[in-house]
Amino acid sequence: METIVFSTLNGVLYGLLLFMLSSGLTLIFSMMGVLNFAHASFYMLGAYFAYAIGATTGFWAAMLLAPILVAGVGALVERYGLRNVHRHGHVAELLFTFGIAFLIEEIVKLIWGRNPVPYSPPAVLQQPLFTLWGTQYPSFRVFMMIVAVLMFITLWLMLKKTRIGLIVQAALTHPHMVGHLGHNVPLVFMGVFAVGCGMAALAGVIGGALLVTDPAMALTLGPIVFVVVVVGGMGSLGGAFVASILIGLIQTFAVAVDASLSDLLARFGVMVSNRSDLGRITLAQVAPMLPFLLLVLVLIFRPRGLMGARES
Amino acid sequence: MLEVSGLNAYYGKSHILQGVDIHVDAGEVVSLIGRNGVGRSTTVKAIMGEVPPHGRVRFKGRDIAGLPSHRIARLGIGYVPEHRDIFPDLTVRQNLMLGMKDAKKEGRWTIQGSLDMFPNLAARADSPAGVLSGGEKQMLTMCRTMMGDPDLVMIDEPTEGLAPLIVRQVGELISEIARRGVAILLVEQKLSIALDISHRVYVMGHGRIVFEGTPAELKANETVRKEWLEV
Ligand SMILES: Nc1ncnc2c1ncn2[C@@H]1O[C@H](COP(=O)(O)OP(=O)(O)O)[C@@H](O)[C@H]1O
Ligand SMILES: [Mg+2]
Repeated sequence: METIVFSTLNGVLYGLLLFMLSSGLTLIFSMMGVLNFAHASFYMLGAYFAYAIGATTGFWAAMLLAPILVAGVGALVERYGLRNVHRHGHVAELLFTFGIAFLIEEIVKLIWGRNPVPYSPPAVLQQPLFTLWGTQYPSFRVFMMIVAVLMFITLWLMLKKTRIGLIVQAALTHPHMVGHLGHNVPLVFMGVFAVGCGMAALAGVIGGALLVTDPAMALTLGPIVFVVVVVGGMGSLGGAFVASILIGLIQTFAVAVDASLSDLLARFGVMVSNRSDLGRITLAQVAPMLPFLLLVLVLIFRPRGLMGARES
Repeated sequence: MLEVSGLNAYYGKSHILQGVDIHVDAGEVVSLIGRNGVGRSTTVKAIMGEVPPHGRVRFKGRDIAGLPSHRIARLGIGYVPEHRDIFPDLTVRQNLMLGMKDAKKEGRWTIQGSLDMFPNLAARADSPAGVLSGGEKQMLTMCRTMMGDPDLVMIDEPTEGLAPLIVRQVGELISEIARRGVAILLVEQKLSIALDISHRVYVMGHGRIVFEGTPAELKANETVRKEWLEV
């Protein structure tokens, strides 16, 4: 019981963190038709910027400033990079975003070094919020959930209830037509890209403090965010949400359930000695593999993803 | 008002428009007709900047060749493309709202006016536009473009695939647009509604203009009709 409650909480938490990244990536993908490989790098920038700014302003101001700064970086990358590369097709765009990802990683190493930086949540949020079965649940985790949920509500309201949101929605499917009606589509693209990067950065401000802030954090999370977008269905926000939570739960439960493969196989009547190599593999060890296994399976059996509309 | 001269356009290596010359004066209704595939849509796309134009395109005395579409739209050219590109996930009313270039700036055309004109649209004003029939989508795209209050509107094959009754409604809307003083460049395949409402007609064949004259002159010119229009 205890394990189930905590794993569910942590799984949802991790899922929300994934969705903070995958929502922006999905919007950008729907619009430009290209997977932005550098998306998780903006998540990393968010964490490092918050660490650097927070040293002088404190956590709260940094939490606001870092995403804004990263959104600015994103706008520049779109305006002076991606927009020019766009003319040369999707392959060039994909390579460009690869380049940006490694560039950002190297710059981060150059400035802050290869080792993790001591970036942690403010003291108020480090106290436990409640205690269940003798285990304390940190308030920072709950704070993270609140921030994520607030972010999604804001995003949803902006998309559905504002004129600019309607223009974005229309431009997702019919960019030319939106331009013919007199709306500045390139500007809308830049805005969406910037907002997507800003959301990733906000995830980084929190994710960096919760997990670890080091130059590898982008490459650790990036591929999983891709999996979320593909499994959810390219371009579907709802699909990205379901897939984020699903993958969050799968990974957390796999780690928490301390069963070895031999136990699992024993249930099905297959006996493998606990001492053999195969028998010693635990579910927790398999956990990092699960999202990618899901990706492969989805691509084989349901290529449009859980909720994606197949593009022609 | 619109002057196009020596207009060339390409898709990759294929040379589609080979020196097109047309003009539309203020308040005039002009038709551009021709068989499928001769380059009529490409002509309006090149004017609108969706296809890169090579040559001269002037509107209200300004060079507009090479400007981005949204700038051209804001100078006062409306464009209704041939595929009825409604925004399917947005409601009918939201589609009309996006026709306005700025919020709360209705001109000669209003959302309520469009809904009054077409009861079918009014009945579905708050449903997603994706559920509309082909004819209703056509009315919606035209009304949506008019919400931007253009001085010239280019309408590409508005009657294609529609039932005769709906074709008549489209014709009435086009006449209403003309009555409000908006110049029209109408792209059609057949002579029918084009001839009734046009002041002048261009016939296009293989990327060039092969005839220019009044509807009466075209009716009298059997050679042009036989060679470039009839199948
Ligand atoms: N996107 C495109 N790519 C390549 N060729 C095209 C494209 N669109 C149209 N064409 C070709 O250009 C020619 C003119 O097309 P179009 O202007 O659509 O003709 P029309 O509107 O008169 O039927 C046709 O031969 C068509 O096959
Ligand atoms: Mg055509």
